[in-house]
Amino acid sequence: MRYLPLTPTDRGEMLSRIGVDAIDDLFIDVPETARLDGPINLPPHQSEMQVERDLFAMAAQNKTASTVPFFCGAGAYKHHVPASVDHIIQRSEFLTSYTPYQPEITQGTLQYLFEFQTQVCELTGMPVANASMYDGSTATGEAVLMAHRITRKKRAVISARLHPHYRGVIDNLSDMGGFDVASPEDSVSGVEDLIALIDDDTSSVVVQYPDFFGNIMDYSTLARDVQSRGCLLIVVVPEIISLGLLKRPGDMSADIVTGEGQSLGNGLNFGGPYVGLFAAKEKYLRQMPGRLCGETVDADGKRGFVLTLSTREQHIRRDKATSNICTNSGLCSLAFTAHMTLLGGQGLRQLAQLNHARAVQLAEKLETIDGVEVLTPAFFNEFAIRLPAPAGQVVEALAEKSVLGGVPVSRLMPDTGMNDVLLVAATEANTEEDLAIYEAALRDVLNGYRHE
Amino acid sequence: MNEITPIKQDRKQTFTGHQALILEEKLIFEIGSADKSGVDLEPVPEVSNRLGDCMAPAQPDLPGLSEPEALRHFVRLSQKNYSIDAGLYPLGSCTMKHNPRLNEKMARLPGFSDIHPLQPVSTVQGALALMDELAHWLKTLTNMPAVALSPKAGAHGELCGMMAIRAAIEARGELETRRRVLVPESAHGTNPATAALLGFKVDEIPANHDGRVDLVAFKDKLGDDVAAIMLTNPNTCGLFERDIIEIADALHEAGGYFYCDGANFNAIVGRVRPGDLGIDAMHINLHKTFSTPHGGGGPGSGPTVLSDRLAAFAPLPYVVAGEHGFDLIELEAQSADQPFGRMVAFHGQMGMFVRALSYMKSHGSDGLRQVAEDAVLNANYILASLQDVMTAPFAGPCMHEALFDDGFLKGTGLETLDFAKAMIDEGYHPMTMYFPLVVHGAMLIEPTETESRDTLDLFIATLQDLVRCAKAGEMERFTNAPELAPRRRLDETRAARQPILRWQAAEATAQAAE
Repeated sequence: MRYLPLTPTDRGEMLSRIGVDAIDDLFIDVPETARLDGPINLPPHQSEMQVERDLFAMAAQNKTASTVPFFCGAGAYKHHVPASVDHIIQRSEFLTSYTPYQPEITQGTLQYLFEFQTQVCELTGMPVANASMYDGSTATGEAVLMAHRITRKKRAVISARLHPHYRGVIDNLSDMGGFDVASPEDSVSGVEDLIALIDDDTSSVVVQYPDFFGNIMDYSTLARDVQSRGCLLIVVVPEIISLGLLKRPGDMSADIVTGEGQSLGNGLNFGGPYVGLFAAKEKYLRQMPGRLCGETVDADGKRGFVLTLSTREQHIRRDKATSNICTNSGLCSLAFTAHMTLLGGQGLRQLAQLNHARAVQLAEKLETIDGVEVLTPAFFNEFAIRLPAPAGQVVEALAEKSVLGGVPVSRLMPDTGMNDVLLVAATEANTEEDLAIYEAALRDVLNGYRHE
Repeated sequence: MNEITPIKQDRKQTFTGHQALILEEKLIFEIGSADKSGVDLEPVPEVSNRLGDCMAPAQPDLPGLSEPEALRHFVRLSQKNYSIDAGLYPLGSCTMKHNPRLNEKMARLPGFSDIHPLQPVSTVQGALALMDELAHWLKTLTNMPAVALSPKAGAHGELCGMMAIRAAIEARGELETRRRVLVPESAHGTNPATAALLGFKVDEIPANHDGRVDLVAFKDKLGDDVAAIMLTNPNTCGLFERDIIEIADALHEAGGYFYCDGANFNAIVGRVRPGDLGIDAMHINLHKTFSTPHGGGGPGSGPTVLSDRLAAFAPLPYVVAGEHGFDLIELEAQSADQPFGRMVAFHGQMGMFVRALSYMKSHGSDGLRQVAEDAVLNANYILASLQDVMTAPFAGPCMHEALFDDGFLKGTGLETLDFAKAMIDEGYHPMTMYFPLVVHGAMLIEPTETESRDTLDLFIATLQDLVRCAKAGEMERFTNAPELAPRRRLDETRAARQPILRWQAAEATAQAAE
């Protein structure tokens, strides 16, 4: 019990000071029927070394992204994180601190949150951003609720090319909150079908950029059309590094931009923790969910930072709050800010170019394989391919050859007739050798199917 | 509330603005430059551009720093933060306990940190085994049959539990009639916010003179329009709700569900199983009870345990053990139950699952019981040692946190805030202030089980000294505090009235012109 400093002597003397005989006397308010006499049926405590052994053994059963040619994306991306980023977030003063409720002794956290907000604004092209959300999917769900609050309408129109998990989060929140969601029936339909779905009760139109299949398109015209119908355009960016190279959603007149910040500074982590990005036009500031950090001065007139506009939040507003969220992904936003700072605008641009170049190289290789068709006309670092075989089976066969070859669309969209479609992502983490191995392995697997 | 007392600048002025080891640090936008980078990237291969017509004309307008500059920037910032590794952090209800570094080491094993949520299930069997084992510990510790791992924080777990309750009520066909959720007035603000988010009407239950739910008022409010109660136990006054089983029985009798806010599970883990109290849903803050670090406010993790009555309404995804290993149920079509859908992309906070399981294994069933006992012992030690000089609104024993109010400051002209800020100058992070709302000028102190007796004794002596000064009329020690921190009291009113939420070049230019 290496984490517990009290000795048996301490415990005895402390009980006397309190004026009770035994620890049980401090639990007298627990109803007798619910008091446990002995230990629960779980293993007893273990040494540090034994815990390591157990967890090493579990970790060893997993195939890790850095040890094999790796091409999975679909909302989570393998990027190289500079060593100093992890060093920074492991500083005790960041890692083991809490929400900066006492600003005089938490300026470290507050200043990086202010820097984070500024970086998110600049990347998305939006005037205000919050101090982060749980992840991209929940940020998007909250954006839809925010649009309902602003427009006082109750229906969201969702692109069929939004990440199905993000769609799931919106569906769930909508069902529960008494809201409505509409989407084009065709799972790959474009923006014109979205306009057709807008009615008098529509609050927002939600599109993804690049979309779930990797497509890039300019939403400027859509924004005008959507806004002329009294709705807000919500643009979702699941791969933030794409904005190192692409036109910003804010420059396309998006009203709210949400995103996943995992790609900057944060590892894959099997899906979490990640960092949700949330930015909006300034006029919607007071309807935003989540935490905000603001600049002010102290009693000596020195610049300092505080959490602000908390009258939107649940600890002040209770059931009238804009959201029930009372946290942010503090440490993950620090990783984001540190990585972004190391890159700078120039580095981010180059990183984005490198991602795109690797994806183009991969597409060019895969296009040479008989029966493989690249379906995405314009893409950043991820695209969809059609295979002459079921994508789920191909991915399993590739995994047996130690190539993690992408995400079958059918895993997320089972009933859309896209069993032969595979999402493939390439990033700076892929070497040219990885691409060659992938091409050869895929050729090999597909040959197997032809000979059957 | 936060009136700032202007003071004479009587501290030594330095040329740099630094104060010995407290170094001033500008924003990265003021020290970096657009053509600087701390990352060496590989050259970009020549390829044809397939971006279509969406390429941005220029690089993002964000400065970079070289690696040494970036490290120095963030290290200097870190030095302006209080942390649990530096000292006692007695924030009530937040549970700032020691964060073992073994947990960090385990979470960084590539087998956990470097795997993709959508890579083939056959290649992540160890990760699924870990989730399954964590689920087993949580279910056993709570005596609840099901757990949803995916909620990303305490409030998200709360949302999960209330969504399960809502789905169950809908399945019973009573969604139109059961609209009311009972919430004690002492509850965390997230409780009413969560209920409201799901369209329920929040009805507050008052506290009795004991600091607990008023049983009579509660029973008066019961009816067939009550969907649920949202109760924190141990409650936010740091007290165990003695009548909890009676509350659960009456509620179930009336057809409602029992949501328990599990924020304070650390007080009873290993000694009391929430399932034995009649609870239907409870979130567990892994960061509080199981010591995953709070990281300046997040990320957290809030798995939600569910009773038999609600198990069928757990959200996606979940892990199942099969003949050939573990499988992941990710789609509604795969599930025989009636899940209410998905709360989040992917599977939850894997990084936190690893840390929490590492902590659980380190403590074991014996150690976890000791955790609760020591947390409760330390809190009662503080209560007993300070109740002569500070006022405790409710009689003890308390659970894991000791509640005081501002009664002892009466006549001094000082408020809770002043007292708290004076603690900063003494080297302590203040306790939770002004919460719970049911007592005036609340001060909620949670020492946790990882504080030694020496630490507690020094803390107690410091508070006794401060009380003596307050009663002796040494106003400036309080109203000017903090004087020794990296910043003195900050103007929160100005921040809210003229929000500046991002750095802008124009502002710097304007300042330079002044």
